[in-house]
Amino acid sequence: MLYREAGQFRSTYAEDMQIFPIRQDRIALMLLLAVGFVVVPMVATQYWFSALLIPFLIFSLATLGLNILTGYAGQISLGTAAFMAVGAFMAYNAQLRIPGIPILASFAIGGLCAAAVGIVFGLPSLRIKGFYLAVATLACQFLVLWTINRVPWLTNHSASGVIAAQKIEILGYTFDTPASKYLLTLSIVALMALAAKNLMRSETGRAFMAVRDMDVAAEVIGIPMMKTKLLAFAISSFYCGVAGALYAYCYLGTVEPEAFVLDISFRVLFMVIIGGVGSILGSFLGAGFITLVPIFLNLGTTFISDRFDIEISHALVSNMELITFGGLIIFFLIVEPNGLARLWQIAKEKLRLWPFPH
Amino acid sequence: MKRTTLALACIALAAAGYTGTAAAQAKEQFVPANFYWVGPYAPGGSGIAGGMIDYFKMINNKDGGINGVKFTWEKCETEYNNGKGVECYERSKKHPPTGATLIHPLSTGITYSLIEKGTADKIPIVSIGYGRTSAADGRVFPYVFPLITTYWSQATAMIKFIASKEGGTAKLKGKKIVLVYHDSAYGKEPHAVLKKEAERYGFELTLLAVPHPGNEQQSQWLQIRQIKPNWVILWGWGVMNPTAIKAAAKIGFPRDHMIGVWWSGAEEDVIPAGSAAKGYIAAGFNVSGQNFPVIQDIKKYVYAKNEGEMEDKSRIGSIYYNRGVVFGIVTAEAVRKAQEHFGKGKSMTGEQVQWGLEHLNISAAELKKLGATGFMQPLKTSCYDHEGGGQVKFQQWDGTKWKVITDWITADKALVRPMIEEDAAKYAKEKGITPRDCPKGG
Amino acid sequence: MTFFIEVLVGGLLAGVMYSLVALGFVLIYKASGVFNFAQGAMVFLAALTFVSLLEMNWNFWLALLVTLVVMVGVGVLTERIVLRPLVNQPPITLFMATIGLTFVLEGLSQMVWGSQPHGLELGIADVPMEWLSQKWNINISKFDLFAAAVSGLLVAALALFFQKTRIGRALRAVADDHQAALAVGISLQHIWAIVWAVAGFVALVAGMMWGVRNGVQYALTFTALKALPVLILGGFESVPGAIIGGLIIGASEKLAEVYLGPYVGGGIESWFAYVIALLFLLVRPQGLFGEKIIDRV
Repeated sequence: MLYREAGQFRSTYAEDMQIFPIRQDRIALMLLLAVGFVVVPMVATQYWFSALLIPFLIFSLATLGLNILTGYAGQISLGTAAFMAVGAFMAYNAQLRIPGIPILASFAIGGLCAAAVGIVFGLPSLRIKGFYLAVATLACQFLVLWTINRVPWLTNHSASGVIAAQKIEILGYTFDTPASKYLLTLSIVALMALAAKNLMRSETGRAFMAVRDMDVAAEVIGIPMMKTKLLAFAISSFYCGVAGALYAYCYLGTVEPEAFVLDISFRVLFMVIIGGVGSILGSFLGAGFITLVPIFLNLGTTFISDRFDIEISHALVSNMELITFGGLIIFFLIVEPNGLARLWQIAKEKLRLWPFPH
Repeated sequence: MKRTTLALACIALAAAGYTGTAAAQAKEQFVPANFYWVGPYAPGGSGIAGGMIDYFKMINNKDGGINGVKFTWEKCETEYNNGKGVECYERSKKHPPTGATLIHPLSTGITYSLIEKGTADKIPIVSIGYGRTSAADGRVFPYVFPLITTYWSQATAMIKFIASKEGGTAKLKGKKIVLVYHDSAYGKEPHAVLKKEAERYGFELTLLAVPHPGNEQQSQWLQIRQIKPNWVILWGWGVMNPTAIKAAAKIGFPRDHMIGVWWSGAEEDVIPAGSAAKGYIAAGFNVSGQNFPVIQDIKKYVYAKNEGEMEDKSRIGSIYYNRGVVFGIVTAEAVRKAQEHFGKGKSMTGEQVQWGLEHLNISAAELKKLGATGFMQPLKTSCYDHEGGGQVKFQQWDGTKWKVITDWITADKALVRPMIEEDAAKYAKEKGITPRDCPKGG
Repeated sequence: MTFFIEVLVGGLLAGVMYSLVALGFVLIYKASGVFNFAQGAMVFLAALTFVSLLEMNWNFWLALLVTLVVMVGVGVLTERIVLRPLVNQPPITLFMATIGLTFVLEGLSQMVWGSQPHGLELGIADVPMEWLSQKWNINISKFDLFAAAVSGLLVAALALFFQKTRIGRALRAVADDHQAALAVGISLQHIWAIVWAVAGFVALVAGMMWGVRNGVQYALTFTALKALPVLILGGFESVPGAIIGGLIIGASEKLAEVYLGPYVGGGIESWFAYVIALLFLLVRPQGLFGEKIIDRV
């Protein structure tokens, strides 16, 4: 009833090819954006901005990046954190060394540098696949962090290899409050997500999917293997790079290279799998799940022990949270191996029939 | 799918409930306990957390708090992870009644991430024995306090110690010293200072990086075997420490010529190395042992009532635990100082405690009153100097416990301070901060 | 020259330690096609359980036996709870499930035994053999040789197990084709449970060897990262590959650190092994002993 596209006729090619062909989708998206841009800034507290929303958005962007590579082009990578590190450190250097450069251009430069690194480490994908490729991309993780630690130029000769992100200023407006940083992050993420959605239904996106589904067949129908795979790595790394820059500028502020540990790569891969492989929406759902669930678990246990006045050893609580988190991941994989995005799809189908299921 | 919905509903309910709780109560002083109880660094995190919280409990039970204001705290697991640390900070900073009094991030990485946030929120970031060394320049970093001693001070104290063992600084000429360091921001902290010292005294310095996590050090120690250094300085963390000690034994390097940084000098670092650790020396800004009135007080007022934090009572009096007590003492004294200035018996805000931290003066007489003579060093800070003490004791592992082998050795502040100011000025320039005016030396 | 030999031998022996961990990965991958990321956590769990029992003044062999039982239990439960519902899922999903399992195992072991590090001594001192160092000035640790011998034995035993026993043949059948194996009457569930139990045993051995070197503590889970380049070099499915791969990685990484490291600032061990393995893969995409069916791109 609510979600029925019957009666929506498309009479031109342009209408048929638009990005969200169903009216309800368009309305929902508008509503979502309205909530994100207008309602949330009005009601959210500082804690929500700086501890939940900003990291959620940044990780959504990184997940989106990895999803382009893993979900659409079928290549596994464990180098996400490294690409993020490249993005963060190169954005810092661009801002530092090019006088008067707008901050958004710095982010773009960070992303482009990450893309370049991504192409280099995408080269093995021309020869190997699957877990061999995944482990090979680990080389990127260690090599990049080592390089950042070793080349003083990258950290502006800071004694300990730590960089302090510069002020974010766009057209004379300084983004220094959590709310403004949130809005900046949201704008960038929304634009890039839209771009990704569009890209994936273009020729490039279809080439990615052809390579994912069967590379030999893709090559036979004339899709250049090398170009497509490397492009996938480049685009994916660009997204990760921008996410890394945002991580440094909008979230942490001052970063050491160790902020981009391997653990982040795994987390982002989790977000892709839990959210749904090959789904833009899934990237957001997955990022939400992995960033927010541990926090809610923690808030939950704090709440329970406060309310019922139970004195539990904190080590026990922390370990229980770890176990629950791992258990939840296994549980979701078993219940819905296709990710949260698949749940949404099922919901949509139900909604289409509701309230008359026959 | 029902189960999922149910789980989600529970989570939502819990989250909603959380925001509703925590009604404001007066006469409390909230200090966040954002430490770590799981993961590779859990021994340090849980020990320090236990010491600090036990000290607060002792103050609450024995004196009824600071002039009647009791300490409260809330634990948050940071996992030694930057992102989580920031989340915990954001969660704790608005806690009633006056927000976070001050915060001990207990991770150099988290400290870096909080420098700006703390300054903006007016919450002092206290990093005792870690964090950004150049934050000791209070003119540039008003809300950051690398108290007691910093990595750079410690490095100079180590060289002083080596010189005293060799028979004077003149004897350092031509000696070989190797720094085995954790390949991270933390491990790179002492490089500049040690290089300066090497130039000054003419010893030969070799820097050997150990990649994280440091559970394999064969090649580093084979290199050491070839260099044949007189002294090895170990700048490690976690598993890297026992592995290094074991590897030293493996090449036959004498352990009593190995000096660990204070994060390489706890029981947890030597016990896993077993008998190989005998004779190993480490620096520390606190000592181990239970024979201090302050620890006895904790036992009497906290553990006797079965309210203590440590499940394993044998850890009371260990290096990490006692370090946590030092954290507690510094926190409590800063609050006391702030109360003296802004009104006794009131809950202090972060801004007021910042004043307290800047005017700390824990003299020897004060220490005696606190029952901590010899336990920690006297501490005097100012707007200009956020470090204070700058002294280090050296202790040696005799196979079962740490034995203090020196008195407080003072760092070479004349060497360190200009470097701190230079680095702070660079930071100020990068960030566009105008340093505050401080009465010089005051 | 003696120094070169010392580095080389030291590297080879360090490589054996990597192989020990890699073996656990290989076993499970061979039999179920699962890249078991939880192997590191299993090493930690096994070593921690064993050392905690020892510290409660248990007899050495009894502690060993009980730990083994625990590991077999974990293996069987993993099969039952995690793997069985995930049959026929893509490998990446199974891989993710094992990462979830990693969290569970890490939390569980620390919850039961605490997070304090322990020392572990097996009665063989980790000191250089005197006659060698006196005669040729070469330092080779007794314990290293012991570890090498243990790995050798383990590999021999596993090879026999795989080649000669009925279960071993069933294992290989399962590895080749799940459905065909089911069709000829091999119980997939039993086989998987057995493999996970054997992997648990290998984890225990690895945990004991690494525990002596590093102390038994959380960081044992990081040993997995040392094993990964060995795996891609040696091939995910090959037991001898894990050993040879370990030797090559160990030797080349130590030689590189000692002879190349000083020119670039040191610490290159962290990535050198991966780069070696990567370069090797470019030439031989299936690894040293990997099965040739891997389709080339």
